Amino acid sequence: MKKKTVEYGKYGYIFIAPFFLVFLIFQLYPLLYTFFLSFVEHKSVMAGDPKFVGFDNFLGVLREQDFLNGGYKWFNTIPLNTIKNTIIMWVLNFIPQILLALLLSAWFTDTVVKLKGQGAFKVMMFMPNIITASSIAILFYNLFGTSGPVTQMCLKLGIVSKNDFFLQNKYATMGLIAFMQFWMWYGNTMIVLIAGILGINPSLYEAAMVDGASGSQQFFKITLPLLKPILQFTLVTSAIGGLQMYDIPALFNVNNGIGQPGRASHTVTMMIKEVAFSQHPDYGKAAAISVVLFIVTLIISLLFFALTKDREPKQKHAVIR
Amino acid sequence: MAKAPEVGLDEGYAAKIRAKKIARTIICILLCVVSIFPFYTMIVNATLPSDEVARGLHLVPGGQLISNFKGMLSRTEAVGTDLWHAMLHSVMIAVPATVLQVYFATLTAYGLTVYNFKLKNFAWSFIMAIMMIPAQVSIIGFMKFMTDIKLYGSYLCLIMPAMAAPTTVYFMKQYMQGALSVEIIEAARIDGSGEFATFNRIALPLMKPAMATQAIFAFIASWNNLYTPTMMISSVKKYTLPMFVQGLRSDTIRTDYGMVYVGLTMTVLPIFVVYFALSKYIIAGVALGGVKE
Repeated sequence: MKKKTVEYGKYGYIFIAPFFLVFLIFQLYPLLYTFFLSFVEHKSVMAGDPKFVGFDNFLGVLREQDFLNGGYKWFNTIPLNTIKNTIIMWVLNFIPQILLALLLSAWFTDTVVKLKGQGAFKVMMFMPNIITASSIAILFYNLFGTSGPVTQMCLKLGIVSKNDFFLQNKYATMGLIAFMQFWMWYGNTMIVLIAGILGINPSLYEAAMVDGASGSQQFFKITLPLLKPILQFTLVTSAIGGLQMYDIPALFNVNNGIGQPGRASHTVTMMIKEVAFSQHPDYGKAAAISVVLFIVTLIISLLFFALTKDREPKQKHAVIR
Repeated sequence: MAKAPEVGLDEGYAAKIRAKKIARTIICILLCVVSIFPFYTMIVNATLPSDEVARGLHLVPGGQLISNFKGMLSRTEAVGTDLWHAMLHSVMIAVPATVLQVYFATLTAYGLTVYNFKLKNFAWSFIMAIMMIPAQVSIIGFMKFMTDIKLYGSYLCLIMPAMAAPTTVYFMKQYMQGALSVEIIEAARIDGSGEFATFNRIALPLMKPAMATQAIFAFIASWNNLYTPTMMISSVKKYTLPMFVQGLRSDTIRTDYGMVYVGLTMTVLPIFVVYFALSKYIIAGVALGGVKE
């Protein structure tokens, strides 16, 4: 009998082998290759033997020549500013997204005020998430562009004074990109949170009601603490996805692939593409930006895990469950 | 206190609940309008002449749909890839990618669920860990590697990586633990079924609901993907649908608003049809998996 288990065990390796083989070839090797490229000079696909340049590519990302004062200026560089832009637009979308999703998921699971037509609401609110992001970006570009119907309406109502307001004002452009992300993702987050709330033991709410807890007390004292693992997951996945934001900013307010106005809506993935596809491509620098993005992604996700880590008293809730 | 409406004494409490219900319903309806309105405007504008579109917001469709459509087809052809070819290319990538992704994810999940082996827990933790690595950070190495092995510019480099999709494996394993019992597999073994035959004939049919849900997500993710094709495909003749959409911003068409809107409508409509037909499964799938890109 024992012999048989050992015999079957090898099938486990055989069954998972294709996944790991493909992962090693198509994902891990390219990742390591990117790290390698970030340390070499590589400016053309046809280049000969790679020339090891140490941290030069990273220096090119972290500092730039300061033409006004001479010497170098650190950190206030074009590539690092794209990371800043990306983070700003992610934060602007994530805060309203998580707040609205929490509010709606609380409404949809409220057993006292039962909402009708929840199925239809969910279908409609989730819908933008599934539409091609590129199409959404071009659609909004046409709605808010110089001849766009929304711009025309705002002109008539006197909300804006110029027909290129949404494209020339950096706050308007960044705000619109954040809005599109928010609009695409709040339905998704809401559905995940509803599933999380429905997974909470109903007897907790019954006990709270018997004790005379109000709806908002139940939300803050039961729902929110028990939802923490899911909120944490949402936060981390959204941050990782948000840092890679490309489709919407790349097609919304751009000129020759550069996020307008004045690079304000240029994200870091757009920057990687710009460096790799410019007339004088610099793959070493593009790889260095990728590595910086990888490190920033890693730091942010670890930071969020640490910040939202369960402290000891929370264990009590888990025991009750 | 919450028991009050059942007792039927507290009239004020019932009225308060009704008021809350109405207010919440109105807000939800408004959010639905915000979801649908841009697409409604898009369809209306697709039926209008260009100068009409530029004049302001329209709510009533016009009669220019056919000529806009024809104009869009000929203009986009000049850009490189026309609408039909772009759709065909996207299908040529998304269908094999979806099949490979779902089949191999199920195979991997099966290997991790049914068998016991030394590295099982390590393999599972490893898959959980790599879920967090975004594909974008390794794109430069991927580009260079594909150039080295002469695959750069081919659809293969967009299809093959789908075989290793950690999120799909994660979802399939969660589902498998509830849907697949060891007894069935042992019964198949006693009947002399080989391990691969057991997987293909016994396990796969039992996993169908989960595979269907994951297939929808895999297909849509591949269909909508812009970044990887942008980095890996340089020939304008090979453009995918999202790259075709990007072409709607090019100078040959951008100022003919009616045509731009009709082009957008054509890219959005197929997804609308699929979504409203399958919304039940899609929403259930999101609730189960917390699927995020």
